Amino acid sequence: MTTSSPLAVEMRGIVKRFPGVLANDHVDFELRAGEIHALLGENGAGKSTLMSVLAGLYKPEAGTILVRGQPVSFNSPRDATARGLGMIHQHFTLIPSQTVTENILLGLDEPRFFMRLKAYDQRMAEMSQRFGLQITPHVKVWQLSVGEQQRVEILKMLYRGVDVLIMDEPTAVLAPQEIGELFKTLRAMVAQGKSIIFISHKLNEVMAIADRVTVLRLGKVTAAGLKTSETSIPELARLMVGRTVLFDLDKKPQEPGVVVLQLEGVCADNDKGLPALRGVSLTVRAGEIVGVAGVAGNGQTELAEVITGLRRCTAGRILVNGEDVTNRPASVTIHKGVAHVPEDRTHVGSAPTLSITDNVIMKSYRQPPLARGWALDGKAARQKAETLKVEYTIAAPTVDTPARMLSGGNLQRMILARELSSRPQLLIAMQPTRGLDVGAIEGVQRLLLTQREQGAAILLSSEELDEIFTLSDRVIVMYSGEIAGEVHGHDAETVGLMMTGAKRM
Amino acid sequence: MATQATSPVKSPAFPFRLRFERRVEVPPPWLGPAVSVGAIVIALLLGAVVLRLVGGDPWAAYRHIARAAFGDIGVFSDTLVKATPLILTGLACSVAFRMKLWNIGAEGQFFAGALAASAVVLAPYVPAGAPGWIAIPAAAVAALIPPTAPGWIIIPAMLVAGMLGGALWGFIPGWLKAKLRVNEIITTLMMNYIVIALVNFFVFGVWSEGGFQMSRTFQKAAWLPRLADFATQVKAFRGLTTHLGLVFGVIAAVIVWYILYRSRWGYEIRLIGDNPRAADYAGINITRNTVLVLMTSGALAGLAGMSEIAGVVHRLQTSISPGYGFSGIIIAWLAKLNPLVVVPVSILFGGLILAGREIQPSGVPRLIQGIILFMLIASEVLMHYRVRLVRAGAEE
Repeated sequence: MTTSSPLAVEMRGIVKRFPGVLANDHVDFELRAGEIHALLGENGAGKSTLMSVLAGLYKPEAGTILVRGQPVSFNSPRDATARGLGMIHQHFTLIPSQTVTENILLGLDEPRFFMRLKAYDQRMAEMSQRFGLQITPHVKVWQLSVGEQQRVEILKMLYRGVDVLIMDEPTAVLAPQEIGELFKTLRAMVAQGKSIIFISHKLNEVMAIADRVTVLRLGKVTAAGLKTSETSIPELARLMVGRTVLFDLDKKPQEPGVVVLQLEGVCADNDKGLPALRGVSLTVRAGEIVGVAGVAGNGQTELAEVITGLRRCTAGRILVNGEDVTNRPASVTIHKGVAHVPEDRTHVGSAPTLSITDNVIMKSYRQPPLARGWALDGKAARQKAETLKVEYTIAAPTVDTPARMLSGGNLQRMILARELSSRPQLLIAMQPTRGLDVGAIEGVQRLLLTQREQGAAILLSSEELDEIFTLSDRVIVMYSGEIAGEVHGHDAETVGLMMTGAKRM
Repeated sequence: MATQATSPVKSPAFPFRLRFERRVEVPPPWLGPAVSVGAIVIALLLGAVVLRLVGGDPWAAYRHIARAAFGDIGVFSDTLVKATPLILTGLACSVAFRMKLWNIGAEGQFFAGALAASAVVLAPYVPAGAPGWIAIPAAAVAALIPPTAPGWIIIPAMLVAGMLGGALWGFIPGWLKAKLRVNEIITTLMMNYIVIALVNFFVFGVWSEGGFQMSRTFQKAAWLPRLADFATQVKAFRGLTTHLGLVFGVIAAVIVWYILYRSRWGYEIRLIGDNPRAADYAGINITRNTVLVLMTSGALAGLAGMSEIAGVVHRLQTSISPGYGFSGIIIAWLAKLNPLVVVPVSILFGGLILAGREIQPSGVPRLIQGIILFMLIASEVLMHYRVRLVRAGAEE
């Protein structure tokens, strides 16, 4: 990757306007052949828009695109693919009931009539081998994990002869070990002459995988083609947010109070009916944040669900403020002051077509002032929503806006507004900052610390170890449905070993 | 999928192409009604083209339809009679569809309500040789409500029985869905056939009048009062068949609207309908609500059956519904599941049915109904996308 490498893609003065927003304001972008180029920026900075222009999804209002020096104009993603440009979106476009091979062949001219799947399976296997992608071609897509599905998407693009692969936040849906796998694949692809554009807002990932980075802020380029070897995380953060981001939060030392949450030998099954929690015992005190570290899928989700009454507890006891809430319905735990920021914002935490008002009253509509006997006080609900919208800076035209119109950060703020405004005694926060940009992360973390100061007991699960260490008073590590141990202080190495099951206490 | 953002309609011979852009912001409140009115106008224009093609005079036909349905108070009254069961079945479907429970059994619940309401009146007329499971409850009902009972006893009793009958017919699929996850589309549909067979059993056997496929006519006390009944006081009411059922329908619409938009229960229904996992997370009991909502839906359709039997037919027979329950599905969609909109939509629909019969027993009126429905459903896309006409190949 010397500076003399030819340009694979050159974008000049791209302007793309959406109603009310200038998503790309005269953006220039250069991709060299054989490099991994990160496109960094906060949510709404215009990264995805720029790349959708490149992939033929949008037409820009102004600007030119050159592919290997040739000016191009794309009318559809098909045109872009023909020129060797392919984009993998955050939300996959696979058909679950079909096999890997069938998904890859979908929409292609060959095979014409007879599928001859066996022969194509063979080809897919060869191809995946070449790029170090572990895929079984004849398996149905619904049987695959998210990481595997992403590999299918990559293979789909490779099969179409794509030279420039655009990946829109590919790590957002992956577990840490899958991220490692993905990075290996990306490196293997670059080694074979492909170029990759990696859209992300995660600084450490950008530093780890990219050769160069272009930073966008509010639709404009703030840094073009910086070498990652010549920059630093704080500098990138500043370029991205436009101000210096404090990575150290002001956490006051404070003595924890009474035990709010107590788990005694709790067991539960996962959705497939296999044991997910095997005898988990823990306590969380008032005014204390207990961090739960662990690789995704080691029981964290089930732990949150069993505490909040969303999952059956097969053995053991759960006490909230000394009261047994084991296998009581979710409405009981809500009433006992247990708030829950769920992992899955869109599918669990919100109702997409209902208004912000209807979304923020989800937990409080049973009690006065919102409830008046059987009836619901619409005015009081609206009032509450208006207040929370201001207090938590939820950016939306009105409180009647449907939740699906909110961006990721605003949706999370809406959920936090709902959960925190009830003054919870116990807060179960699952991945509260996942997918948010740096500025938003800081805000969410501050909110959690404020809750702690106000005496809430907080159980925090996060895949970002840094976040766990910054916020938590104690850290417990979950491995394979059990608590592998508890760590005090910033001991990343021990936690890492426990997370992989190499060490136990 | 993001490709929807731009899907050019390719036609190289044409200098323009259509582009659909997903609406980024919330559409303004006037857009919904405007789009619906626009769709109906276009549908009527298309209908006019069809009428022209078959050699008719579209404007004369439309005038005729309008006159036959809304032309004077007499026909308008008949339109309202047709609209009454449609309002109630439309409400029944709206309630269930709000929770994404696809109750297509309003037809069966209508029959169940009609049967149960009739049973109140016909209980004393069970023949001597009837089996115990019919004779014993019939004797009990007959003892409570004798044939000589006045209207203010017998009509409320029929109303309650009709709603219970429909609710029972909704309860069975509801329970199966809630407890065993049985698909309600299949069960509600199947329940239609069962109840129609059951009604046949009673009409052909137990309550057959002299071997005919119908029961005896109900005594006058079991008839819902009609406007014509007050003709001695108000002259203008002479001959008007509009009956008390219309009042039931309008009151039900207001109550259902209030429940859906102003009550805690309605909030739960809307939340479950939008995202059941979020509802579960909010501590809402989905199992109980599934059963309750299908029972409510059934009760409304059952009330439609009761109103039709006590207000129009005045006897139990097999041909009491030309598919009111199924029309309820269409009406619910046309009204966008809004209970208050169900009333005017039902009246328009009732008018179309009435006027349709006037012009041609089948065929063109049905066709126009179909075009209107199609246009309204197709117009939905304009709520989510904005359409632009752009020059082919132009850099926009």
